[in-house]
Amino acid sequence: MPTVGLKRDVLFSILGRSYSEDEFNDLCFEFGLELDEVTSEKEMISKEQGTDKAEGASEVIIFKIDVPANRYDLLCVEGLTRGLLIFQQKLEAPIYRMIELPANSINQMIIHPSTAAVRPFAVAAILRDITFTQERYQSFIDLQDKLHQNIGRQRSIVAIGTHDLDTIQGPFHYEALPPKDICFKPLNHKKEYTAIELMELFSTDSHLKHYLHIIQDKPVYPIIKDCNNVVLSMPPIINGDHTKITLKTKNVFVECTATDLNKAKIVLDTIVCMFSQYCAAPYRVEGVKVVSPDGSYLMHPELPYRKEIVSPKEINKSIGISEDASSIASLLTRMCLPSVIIDNGQSLEVEIPPTRHDVLHACDIIEDVAIAFGYNNVNRTISDTNCVAEQFPVNKLTDLLREVIAAAGFTECLTFALCSREDVADKLGKNIKDIPAVHIANPKTLEFQVARTTLLPGILKTVACNKKMPLPLKLFEISDVILLDKTKDVGARNQRHMCAVYYNKVAGFEVIHGLFDRTMQVLEVPNNDYKFIPVDDAAFFPGQCADIMVRGQNIGKLGVLHPDVITKFDLNMPCSVFEIDIEPFL
Amino acid sequence: MKQKSLTYILIAINIYVNAVCEEAMAELSEKLLTILSERNEFDTLDLSIELQFDHQRLVGAVKSLQSLGDVITCEQRNSKQWELTDEGKEIAEKGSHEALIYESIPLEGINQNELLGRVPNGKVGFSKAMSLGWIQIDKAAKDGPRVTKKVEAIEDGVKEICQLVKNFQIDKITEQQKNECKKRKLISEVKIVSYFVKKGNDFKTSVSKQEIELTADMIASGSWKDKSFKPYNFNALGLPPASGHLHPLLKVRTQFRQIFLEMGFSEMPTNNYVESSFWNFDALFQPQQHPARDAHDTFFIAEPEEAHEFPMDYLEKVKTVHSIGGYGSQGYKYDWKLKEAAKNIMRTHTTGVSARMLYQLAQKEKFTPSKYFSIDRVFRNETLDATHLAEFHQIEGLVADYGLTLGNLMGYIEQFFKKYGIKKLRFKPAYNPYTEPSMEIFSYHEGLKKWVEVGNSGVFRPEMLLPMGLPKNVSVIAWGLSLERPTMIKYGISNIRELFGPKVNLQKIYDNPLCRLDK
Repeated sequence: MPTVGLKRDVLFSILGRSYSEDEFNDLCFEFGLELDEVTSEKEMISKEQGTDKAEGASEVIIFKIDVPANRYDLLCVEGLTRGLLIFQQKLEAPIYRMIELPANSINQMIIHPSTAAVRPFAVAAILRDITFTQERYQSFIDLQDKLHQNIGRQRSIVAIGTHDLDTIQGPFHYEALPPKDICFKPLNHKKEYTAIELMELFSTDSHLKHYLHIIQDKPVYPIIKDCNNVVLSMPPIINGDHTKITLKTKNVFVECTATDLNKAKIVLDTIVCMFSQYCAAPYRVEGVKVVSPDGSYLMHPELPYRKEIVSPKEINKSIGISEDASSIASLLTRMCLPSVIIDNGQSLEVEIPPTRHDVLHACDIIEDVAIAFGYNNVNRTISDTNCVAEQFPVNKLTDLLREVIAAAGFTECLTFALCSREDVADKLGKNIKDIPAVHIANPKTLEFQVARTTLLPGILKTVACNKKMPLPLKLFEISDVILLDKTKDVGARNQRHMCAVYYNKVAGFEVIHGLFDRTMQVLEVPNNDYKFIPVDDAAFFPGQCADIMVRGQNIGKLGVLHPDVITKFDLNMPCSVFEIDIEPFL
Repeated sequence: MKQKSLTYILIAINIYVNAVCEEAMAELSEKLLTILSERNEFDTLDLSIELQFDHQRLVGAVKSLQSLGDVITCEQRNSKQWELTDEGKEIAEKGSHEALIYESIPLEGINQNELLGRVPNGKVGFSKAMSLGWIQIDKAAKDGPRVTKKVEAIEDGVKEICQLVKNFQIDKITEQQKNECKKRKLISEVKIVSYFVKKGNDFKTSVSKQEIELTADMIASGSWKDKSFKPYNFNALGLPPASGHLHPLLKVRTQFRQIFLEMGFSEMPTNNYVESSFWNFDALFQPQQHPARDAHDTFFIAEPEEAHEFPMDYLEKVKTVHSIGGYGSQGYKYDWKLKEAAKNIMRTHTTGVSARMLYQLAQKEKFTPSKYFSIDRVFRNETLDATHLAEFHQIEGLVADYGLTLGNLMGYIEQFFKKYGIKKLRFKPAYNPYTEPSMEIFSYHEGLKKWVEVGNSGVFRPEMLLPMGLPKNVSVIAWGLSLERPTMIKYGISNIRELFGPKVNLQKIYDNPLCRLDK
């Protein structure tokens, strides 16, 4: 969930009143936001880098607000306050319009076929006669950053470039060139670099180095130039210095390049809807003709207004309320979804503005009705869905066995299903190649390389962490191990195991044997239905290990652990164990 | 069988020895009372010296007299006393090292090395004997240095001193001798706690021996009638029973399971930790570029890397609803790839199983309203810290029926939490890719005096349900929470690693109380 940091006083001045923290919290809560933290720049810096670093930093109070991940229109102070004011019926939702220019206008962006290999989509728009202030400028930059991080997935899907239009001249060309053929002065740098040099230069840049991998290994890099070959940007890495925006900039060229066209459109719509507020003609955006490699073209930004027809009856039924059509319409209007009654009140026509790309389906409209009505104002009732409950058999058996084993004096462990390759192989004297284990592709630590194929390592590690406890330690776990299994759709399956460990100054095999006998007794397996067949296993002391055969089926092993195993798990006392598959007893 | 009888014999011997000790103790106690009646008071340390009796045992007897009530009064005294070290004790018994050296020299003399070998601590003894002038050495002798006696007889002063110390006659040795012994580490000063004993108000000289426990023999013979019994010490702790214990987190799991069963929910088969991205994400209308599908958050699987079997009809419908929409939805308008859906992962939630269950439900000839639950492990590729583990338990409940409302969802959640002891709930709008409306569940925490998030909930999206083939007017409402968080709040655990995993403190498992969620 993205968090947006907004200056409290700016927020309150736009909202037209001040709020106590609790009041503001309640307002947020009703609207689906969360006031996460009240802080200041100074406090944030001192928390992250120490008090001495925070010296002289601003003490202006900042509200950090959690915003739902699909509400891109709430990621800046402009959008968030606009949403809240409309919610409170203090503002009417603005209408966003694109101003179309003649087809021969120089407001064009031509996409070259070479981009297909690296970043095939681009859209653009122009904010004409905008007035920046320091606050607005900062918010403009911050919104781009938030969009990059969220819907843009760290710029990999969508990257934004904004430029001072008065420094360049259309038509603009979006193409892809070999890195050696790209040369320009990057933003806030004094000299020109080739793209190869830039990648080198930025490899140590704490901010930009995270984006290099997106194009690094591609044969060609994306580049946007104007008609005079002035470089606007090399997306998704950096803009050119030439087109830099300042507080004095009046006309802004906004371009979004992407690997997903729909997301590029959403990002462009979001930026221009939010900031066209500061244009001489508010909420009006100048269009750019974007020409595809195949010669076809579209005007951007699309700023689509879509209409959905919904039934008030269905809405009432879905939420569990009974509001008439007009009150539902006004609830929706409060959520930036202007609605009109049609069909004599049988239906509502809901208009979805370009700021609400999150509305995909009627169910999203229903949610907005419920939010505006107030979730907590809905009557809480139980449906008459009558069912006879059933337990999952293997869980039922597990719970019954757990009780019996604990009553027999053993204490239950709960260990991780993921472990290291060593845990299931080397430490047990086995080769990982012989273990039918599921391997993790991207573990962050050695502790999570494979899914366990046996419960034993987890219990032995529990013993190792509890060596100071009085002896003997008698531990057990009944839980799932994971085994490769080609017959399953995913190629692996769980198997419910039971493992018990006795750890003491003497091996005490008879204790483990006794617990196993007891287990068989409660599972109603008579003595002569199970037997132990001596077997060699590297994990066990020679001559002290057996396969457990129940009615001819091998369900596991019992025995005394090999001293090498004991040492490898950082233990120093003898240890006897059994581990069985309990699924045959279902 | 052999081993068993040996154990019994050992136990029997132990009982016998204890009985003998009891007997001896009673005897000693009576003796002390007699002494007290003659002298009116004594100090345990002085008395032990006088009686040449072990001080500790004497103190033991005094303590047992004390336990009889006001028979005697005791006053604790701290004093210091010189005691022989182990070396000193040996000297008191066998003689000093130098005397032993002297004694070991035969008339004709002896090779030095041989001599040193004969006597423990030979080197010390040799140099002492030399400096005392008891022995002499001929370094020019033919077979190496030869030692002979220099005087005819010696007096072993050190041994005498040690014996004096042993017999508590420290006052008979001079300060110089004491220092000499201290330097040689033959004596050391120790702190002694002794008791100054006087008659108490109920003083008597005979202690009728009190029985500790009623035995079968006493009942059979009726002898209990003539005996007096020691009152039970109710201030002492009892003997802890030998016992096994269930894990605290799983005790809570049992209770949550119970709650669902009481509410008529059936348990889902969640024993599949490895899940395909298809069921874990795509089936839930979670787009393929969603951040949750990042390697950063999710464990992907290298072996078996991909799932190889899908219900193809259904998969096509899922593909369509993602890439171009349908069922009244705009879709996400992107290029949906089977390759991405086939990727195996460690499941990030149990909702993938819910999807499988709902899909199965949709395949039945006639839809049957159903209520399902599960409590099982889920996995996140997290770095471990006090509040995050790479695996934890998800609790999930869902109801599938015709015409369910958002109010129904809140109603079920309210009933569920009421059984858990939480009565004050409120709901906050939230975002979740597969539910709409979505609600975060908050409860008012009386201790923290604020609203805390306790779970998540929502109505499954039509884009998830309709491709499965569920009837259009069937809604599915669901909620979920983690098992660990409520357990940590309940038991006041701040570090999750103490609850789950090998770093658990077994003592805490042993001491864990009953799990009564509503208490």
